[in-house]
Amino acid sequence: MRRYFARKLLIYALTFVAAVTVNWMIPRFMPGDPVAAMVARARVSQPEAAEAMRSYYNNLFGFDEPLWQQYLHFWGALLQGDFGISIFVFPTPVGDVLLDALPYTLGLMIPSVLLSWFVGNWIGALSARRKVLDNTVLPVGYLLTAMPYMWIAVILAWAFGANAGWFPISGGYSLDITPGWSTAFVLDALHHWVLPFLSLFLVALGGWAIGMRNMIIYELESDYSSYLAALGAPQRLIRRYAFRNAVLPQVTGLALQLGVLVAGALVTEIVFAYPGLGSLILASIQNQDFFLLQGAFLFIVIGVLIANFLIDIVYVVVDPRTRTGMAGGTS
Amino acid sequence: MTLTVNDLRVHYRTLRGEVRALDGVGFDLADGEILGLAGESGCGKTTLGKSLIRLDGRMRHAGGTVTLDGDELPLSDDRAMNAYRFHKISLVPQYSMSALNPTRRIGRMIRELLASRGVSVDTGELHRRLALVGLDPDVLERYPIELSGGMKQRAVMVISTLLDPSVLIADEVTSALDVSNQQAVVGALRGLRDKGLVTSMIFVTHDLGLTSHIADSIMVMYAGKLAEKAPTKVLTTEPRHPYTKMLIGSLPQVGARYKDKPLSGIEGSPPSLLNPPAGCRFRDRCPLADSRCAEEPPVVEVAPRHSVACWKAA
Repeated sequence: MRRYFARKLLIYALTFVAAVTVNWMIPRFMPGDPVAAMVARARVSQPEAAEAMRSYYNNLFGFDEPLWQQYLHFWGALLQGDFGISIFVFPTPVGDVLLDALPYTLGLMIPSVLLSWFVGNWIGALSARRKVLDNTVLPVGYLLTAMPYMWIAVILAWAFGANAGWFPISGGYSLDITPGWSTAFVLDALHHWVLPFLSLFLVALGGWAIGMRNMIIYELESDYSSYLAALGAPQRLIRRYAFRNAVLPQVTGLALQLGVLVAGALVTEIVFAYPGLGSLILASIQNQDFFLLQGAFLFIVIGVLIANFLIDIVYVVVDPRTRTGMAGGTS
Repeated sequence: MTLTVNDLRVHYRTLRGEVRALDGVGFDLADGEILGLAGESGCGKTTLGKSLIRLDGRMRHAGGTVTLDGDELPLSDDRAMNAYRFHKISLVPQYSMSALNPTRRIGRMIRELLASRGVSVDTGELHRRLALVGLDPDVLERYPIELSGGMKQRAVMVISTLLDPSVLIADEVTSALDVSNQQAVVGALRGLRDKGLVTSMIFVTHDLGLTSHIADSIMVMYAGKLAEKAPTKVLTTEPRHPYTKMLIGSLPQVGARYKDKPLSGIEGSPPSLLNPPAGCRFRDRCPLADSRCAEEPPVVEVAPRHSVACWKAA
């Protein structure tokens, strides 16, 4: 068991290094020059002054060093928790900008991912082998899962925001409230949270329900189900076993889907101008803000890795077959 | 008489029509009898075994009756059959290797299964029965994946017979095993009968040689119908039906040299059961066939407990 987790941790560490390296490379090899943009924004007319600014910024951000040195410095700073200084909201440190945005993204992601998974599995399991329910769940599920995130977001914003006026369609909170732990702010934030949450929840829900329905049917056709039925076991017991075993691939699916779900959340945030990581990423790309982009990607990478690791642990707990594999097996 | 099957017909529903997999089969199974059910693939032997305990979704009970200990079994009523399953009639399936839920410890699965049938587990008795087939009590604490194929098979045998059924259907239980395991399984099955844990047994197999070691009588089926049924000794030494003769003739013998005399098979293949031809279904492959075989041969008792469906047998 210990060896298994040690090996897993090593794999995660390697993934982390590779992901961070790619993160570092992407903005740097992107076309465009952020310093030039900053200088242009300052509207300096004299060439000497512009040159001075350019060399000041290049030095400040470390762009005058050779690439390999920038890379090493980047790692050194990273390990001290220093993500650099944002170019877009200069001179706020990237870490602070990200920490402000993180609660919004997590508050959107975690409930929508978990709730859609649980509710989807439940609906899927219920609909398997029940004609009427199946005939509604299947088409609705396909419809939901085929919808692009931003499209359903726009539809929801139009229907419940613009038309019905029940929910605000942009922002994470009203502009006339200062963020804090007051009841008024929490309620206001919840109000703003509903539509982005719903759009993430609904799209994922369809996929989980269809997956679970298919898995349950597969399990109900399996040999152990027929054996139990031949021995006259009630449907209740057979379905319980089938559900338990059908959940296993769904757990794996959750691990595989996390990346996609994160991407969906980012797009949804942009549609609703929700102040999370997604909106920050968009802003940092538009402003060629290397450091902010790197930092945001880094947070996402860390989040996905942690979530995957948790799922690995859960899987070991729920599937005895993985445990015997670790112990070397006895058969 | 434990089990009486009378003109049983079971069809498979397919898109092209009904396949008459079991087309009027009748036989008796006495108390304490082990009946070997033999025949080639597709002859209906597994269908017969399954029909007696649980029709799957594609199967339709098209006629005939089955009487078990005086009660007529409600074959086509899945719910009503539950009362008989496990208690009265039980099954060791063809797929024993995968018959156990992979994510439950075997002991817990047994407890949950018995509880769902309203029976509580007698741990001492369970251990005694495991020992009977050569299993340690600690298999109850294991997951199926931790057992070898043979162990799983024996565990399933114990589970299936826990409630002392009147009839046990052992469906191709030895097909996936090597010879020494086959002997062990056959011995264990006979042990179950000898100790009275199972009253009677139907041993479904395509292995005529092995059947003769365990069965008291053997029934040979061909294309959904009974070909010949006789006590084991009679059937193996003086078969009457040409199919039985050729089946026995095609068995290889240990120590024989087939260089001079090649092993004979049976030419051809059984007819499609979607629209079976009239008359004797074996006649296209039968060396003795003549015009009379265009008429269907009735099942005739040519000697006590020896029935044959062939015009040439009498």
